[in-house]
Amino acid sequence: MPVERLSPDLNPDAAEWLEATAQTELLRFTTAGSVDDGKSTLIGRLLYDSKGVYEDQLASVRKATRNLSTNGLDLSLLTDGLRAEREQGITIDVAYRYFSTPRRKFIIADTPGHEQYTRNMATGASTANLAVILIDARYGVLPQSRRHAFLATLLGIPHLVVAINKMDLMEFREDVFARIRDEFGRFVAQIEARDITYIPISALDGDNVVNRSPRTPWYEGPALLEHLETVPIARDLNLTDLRFPVQYVIRPNLDFRGFAGTLASGVIHKGDAITVLPSGRTSRVKSIVTWEGEIEEAFAPMSVAVCLEDEIDISRGDMLALPDNLPHAARRFDATVVWMNQKPLEPNRSYLIKQTTQVTQARVREIRYRIDVNTLEHQAARRLELNAIGVVSVEAQRPLLFDAYRKNRFTGSFILIDPITNETMGAGMILQAATPQGAAGPVTDGERRLARGHAPLAICLPPGQVELAWLLERRLFDHGYTVHVIRQPESLRQAVRTALGAGLIAIVAPAGPADWELLRQAVPADQLVRAENVQQGMEAVARLSRPEAPLTGGEGI
Amino acid sequence: MPDRILSHLRALEAESIHILREVAAEFERPVMLYSIGKDSSVMVRLAQKAFHPGPIPFPLLHVDTTYKFQEMTEFRDRFCAEIGVKLIVHTNRQAIDEGASPFRLGTQKCCGLLKTRALLDALSAGNFDAAFGGARRDEEKSRAKERVYSFRDAFGQWDPKNQRPELWSLYNSRLDKGESIRVFPLSNWTELDVWHYIHQESIPIVPLYFAKLRPMVVRGGAVIPMEHNMPLLPGEAPQMVMCRMRSLGCTYCTGAIRSEADTLPKIIEEMIQFRRSERENRVIDHDQEGSMEIKKREGYF
Repeated sequence: MPVERLSPDLNPDAAEWLEATAQTELLRFTTAGSVDDGKSTLIGRLLYDSKGVYEDQLASVRKATRNLSTNGLDLSLLTDGLRAEREQGITIDVAYRYFSTPRRKFIIADTPGHEQYTRNMATGASTANLAVILIDARYGVLPQSRRHAFLATLLGIPHLVVAINKMDLMEFREDVFARIRDEFGRFVAQIEARDITYIPISALDGDNVVNRSPRTPWYEGPALLEHLETVPIARDLNLTDLRFPVQYVIRPNLDFRGFAGTLASGVIHKGDAITVLPSGRTSRVKSIVTWEGEIEEAFAPMSVAVCLEDEIDISRGDMLALPDNLPHAARRFDATVVWMNQKPLEPNRSYLIKQTTQVTQARVREIRYRIDVNTLEHQAARRLELNAIGVVSVEAQRPLLFDAYRKNRFTGSFILIDPITNETMGAGMILQAATPQGAAGPVTDGERRLARGHAPLAICLPPGQVELAWLLERRLFDHGYTVHVIRQPESLRQAVRTALGAGLIAIVAPAGPADWELLRQAVPADQLVRAENVQQGMEAVARLSRPEAPLTGGEGI
Repeated sequence: MPDRILSHLRALEAESIHILREVAAEFERPVMLYSIGKDSSVMVRLAQKAFHPGPIPFPLLHVDTTYKFQEMTEFRDRFCAEIGVKLIVHTNRQAIDEGASPFRLGTQKCCGLLKTRALLDALSAGNFDAAFGGARRDEEKSRAKERVYSFRDAFGQWDPKNQRPELWSLYNSRLDKGESIRVFPLSNWTELDVWHYIHQESIPIVPLYFAKLRPMVVRGGAVIPMEHNMPLLPGEAPQMVMCRMRSLGCTYCTGAIRSEADTLPKIIEEMIQFRRSERENRVIDHDQEGSMEIKKREGYF
């Protein structure tokens, strides 16, 4: 099949081209597939046929081409860096590729199918409008096809394309296509995927990739590229709920105070009455400022600066919304988490959470269940390992301003960061604010342990070691413990009892040797240890039994 | 009601502005690497937009190898004065005094001393914890996987195995003391997007990008500018060539392309016709197999 060029003619009137392409939309899509299902060939073909490939890159492909495809080029070599990467020891990772046609500009997040698939696919999918799932027509729906569909839906990608590839090897038979389509359809009915399009293709020969193929006369739908160019994406954006997280305050002089940010969703107009969260104060939009001048309205995902009528104290992390349409403001919520680090997620460990423009401390109180990505089964779990997906209950130190992820991908998403290593550990999608537990009466020790994430403990240092006390306090605090140094109390016995009763870790640097005896009489033996240095103090705390959240799971989402 | 949807350039612009503001909000001492090239020009314009009506809240840093084009230096000084931004110019004086030059050392070593070393020195002298660069993912194979926030250890080096996953527009900005990041706000732009935007926004760029008759040396397939007393090989003579620069670096390493494109629409038209990756003309990217990867590990942008 001859290669057809999609981009403007070889002799375009540039001015006309500029005008025509000034309004092209941006479509981001992910591709998922394993090594042999033709993903690299498909991407290579899209890039090649749309002239997204440079001549010098093509020349190197020509040189390297070993298996000749119909037009004499192995298109998979355009994108296939995997082998080289493995040799160099580079993480197999999401690669971004670009091409455009006169109708749209495309960003492909190309994710490898096998290794680290969950982490990489989640990354690529987080910003995508559409996912292309490749299925080898010879093998039909494989566990990994289901996995890809599940992840794409979980990450809220509005459009799925199931490209049934290698149809040339199955004589372009309609029944092969129909059988795979029906089987896949039964699966996606379980996961609430939204818009699904099935296309029979041959990436190698180009059938139904750029142009509709004469070899599938029974297929009446669009070719893949045609679909990518026309699938309506304007409606995918949430333009209903105004959410404007304040990112930065622009204050060049006393007369101007602009709240800069990117609209997460919705539309804001000059003159709108708005509520500022978390303070709850209200005002009106005085102006919407951009470099080009003031504008009457701004919509997601524009980056603008908003000035208000009233002098309200607003800083980064605050959010503007409409008074009759506010986000949730809560410390506790349930979320689906994709874990991305070798160090597993464990309940009650302390993390930093970044959500919109806020960063605060947070803890996973409980893992409700892990989801098996192949079977969708819910399993009980005490930890989430690398590439695991689970539903957890999160508690942040401060209230976060959020919406459910399925309503809002930008206010419903967060990342968890390890406060010690600074690594990004996991990504989360908020399901809903947690329902209150319904407990009544005084707070029990058990509840306190669950909330703090550790049991109480008094650590007694050698007399007079005040510097050591501060060092240990800092280490423990940075690890997420609630810790306090007791210094020169009026009554040591009273102070330590109060601290333990509140569930704290109390560090005592006593005045004299007699204090140790005093503490031994005042405090239960399992809540008191001696430490000579920071290391011993840390070890004692590590030995504290972390409260095990009750194991639940196996029920529906 | 009109469809509320951004054109691809507006969407890219909004994303870049978001990144610029995020870094300004979360880092103590950001700086913007300014190379005087077209990508830098776009990046500076985006910074103007991000903090309007305020000034750009960080300085620009130009690593001057002293082997740049005269026209670049003139443009730099005029442009920075006009927009009122603070400009830091850093040169590895010691290496220059000791005779570092592309003609004597070869391009690899010269680049290591006058660009990579000088950049790392300038960043540590300024105590900068975040440095914006104009690199794009479509430029070169090793950049296709580059993060928007690219982490460097205390020695300014890049560890490809240890980069953080980036989801949505949630960037992890946590650093330990001495560590820094490079930030690429133009990650998702292509070369064509950059030209398109320069045209749409009337962004000033160095005249070297436009075709003109220039005195050049033709060596093999390369067309090399006659500046900085470039030594000629036996039998070579400068000649006037109608040409322009596709990307700007040091004069010796920036090959020109023969072209008649002397306006933006003509450059764009030329781009659509001749799709050669722009770094092809750069001597430095080809002097060693996988050379960009190696330079990045050492700290080059």
